[in-house]
Amino acid sequence: MRILKALFRHPSGRIGATVIAIYLVIAVLGALGLTPHNPLKPFPLDRLKAPGGTYWMGTDLLGRDTASRLMLGIGQSFIVAFASVAGATVAGTIIGLLSAWWGSLWDGILMRIMDVLLAFPAILLALLIIAIVGPGPMTSITAIAIVYTPIFARVVRGPSLSLKRREFVDAARTFGSSQRYILSRHLLLNLVAPLTVQVTLALAWALLTEAGLSFLGLGTQPPAPSLGLMLSESKNLMQHAPWLMFFPGLTIMLGILGFNLTGDALRDILDPRTQGRAS
Amino acid sequence: MSYVVQRLLTFPLILFGVALIVFFSIRLIPGDAITAMLGTEAGLLTPDQRAALAHYFGIDQPVGAQFLSWLSGLLHGDMGISVTFGKPVLSVILEHFPLTLELALMSMVIALIVGVPFGVLAATRNERPSDLAVRILAMLGQSTPNFVLGLLIIYVLSVYFGAVPAMGVFTPITVDPLANLMQLLFPAITLGFAFAASVTRISRSAMLDILSDDYIRTARSKGASPASVIWFHALPNALIPVVTLSGVEFGYLLGGAVIVEQVFALPGIGRLVLNAISQRDYALVQGTVLFIAFNFLVVNLIVDLAYVALDPRIRLGGR
Repeated sequence: MRILKALFRHPSGRIGATVIAIYLVIAVLGALGLTPHNPLKPFPLDRLKAPGGTYWMGTDLLGRDTASRLMLGIGQSFIVAFASVAGATVAGTIIGLLSAWWGSLWDGILMRIMDVLLAFPAILLALLIIAIVGPGPMTSITAIAIVYTPIFARVVRGPSLSLKRREFVDAARTFGSSQRYILSRHLLLNLVAPLTVQVTLALAWALLTEAGLSFLGLGTQPPAPSLGLMLSESKNLMQHAPWLMFFPGLTIMLGILGFNLTGDALRDILDPRTQGRAS
Repeated sequence: MSYVVQRLLTFPLILFGVALIVFFSIRLIPGDAITAMLGTEAGLLTPDQRAALAHYFGIDQPVGAQFLSWLSGLLHGDMGISVTFGKPVLSVILEHFPLTLELALMSMVIALIVGVPFGVLAATRNERPSDLAVRILAMLGQSTPNFVLGLLIIYVLSVYFGAVPAMGVFTPITVDPLANLMQLLFPAITLGFAFAASVTRISRSAMLDILSDDYIRTARSKGASPASVIWFHALPNALIPVVTLSGVEFGYLLGGAVIVEQVFALPGIGRLVLNAISQRDYALVQGTVLFIAFNFLVVNLIVDLAYVALDPRIRLGGR
């Protein structure tokens, strides 16, 4: 709650958090079916209608309402982004914590495995995973989660190594606290700040990667709307129906901007050393 | 152990790990090389024909032996045969790589030319309107996906200038440098835009740190001109994080080229890997992924070593 208040006091945090909140509301409305029109049903008589009274953001080649499809697409992108970042956060935190806690040989093995995963450019590793499992939202979630796990493992391992040597951890050991208790109460709780920043920034990246994979036709599959897919479909129609490109493009950009602004603001709030430097 | 030695020792280990992942992930795909080549017609093969083909592809061996033979092939530059091209994978990759390399290099040059001066400008005018404007621009740049920007560029060029960028063709720089430049300029701007934003942000942040250092105050008190303090005293040190960022980003540019090459229909290595996936040409997928990851690793190693040369504190284990 304290962080949320600080976030709304921070100029870019206020903008970022507001954008995310608006997107969340739109995504929920879309998921509840509260869209202006049916996002999946084609209306051949209304194909390629320019933005106007009935269709605020125009229609596509099949006469489907762009605004309604965007509402559903935002939800789809958010589900993939949130689920993949949640997976990466849990896996990366466990790996980073255990690596730091066990040290020596295990640390070497786990971190080298993370280094190997980091050796692939993110989109390429995702492509490799999609080549194995086939495209779809679940594959996108798994691929993005695997891509970002090593980043979280590194973010957690560094501070855990120094926390491990602190007096309060020694004291907890002396008092007979279990390994699990020390890891979850003493180490993990002290990692909330760097993790919060990383989660927000990773959400921006996950949104971008999901849209990129869908744009390549390897993410969400039609007829389900996804922001990247809508943009990709607009490519051949941009001269006749530019709205099909503008609205999904702007929606993706604003969503990423929202998370980036929030991430930067959180970094300023939680790590005063970077105040005003990151943005 | 010094950082350089440690870095050099772990390099082959990570490379081996990458090869291991690439090899076994491809083996996880349902179906084998014969099905990939012949599709449904593979069902018409007699057991003898299938055995002969299995022997040709080396898949009659145990997986461990296959891996070792693949690895020894790699060391001799043999990555197998591409089913779609009917040629050795390495030669297909080498045909497509120059475009991607040139695209990534051009993007990097654009990003540095734009990003460093903007970063310096923002730092020297900290908290003033021009600093704010640069920061807003950089944030927008970082949040604009390259496929959105690429489509926007194509739209503006085609609708407002009647000039559709040449798609699907590529003139090597050795044949016609001007045509080559014109073909790659807009894709390079697209690919380098977000990178320029990162360079701006990191140079601004590094300059802000350095401008408050003691040696800058000393230079100023000795009467050095403001321009000389910024460009000759502060900038060389502020460039150290920019070098690191450039190295890491260069690897990402090679990967990010997948999308930009798709937007501009450029026949580079990114588009090659994408087509290889859709055509189920697994030898080619395996080869290209490994090739890009290898380049990414080599670039990162060079950057790390350059970083050590630029910042002697790392050599002493200060990292």
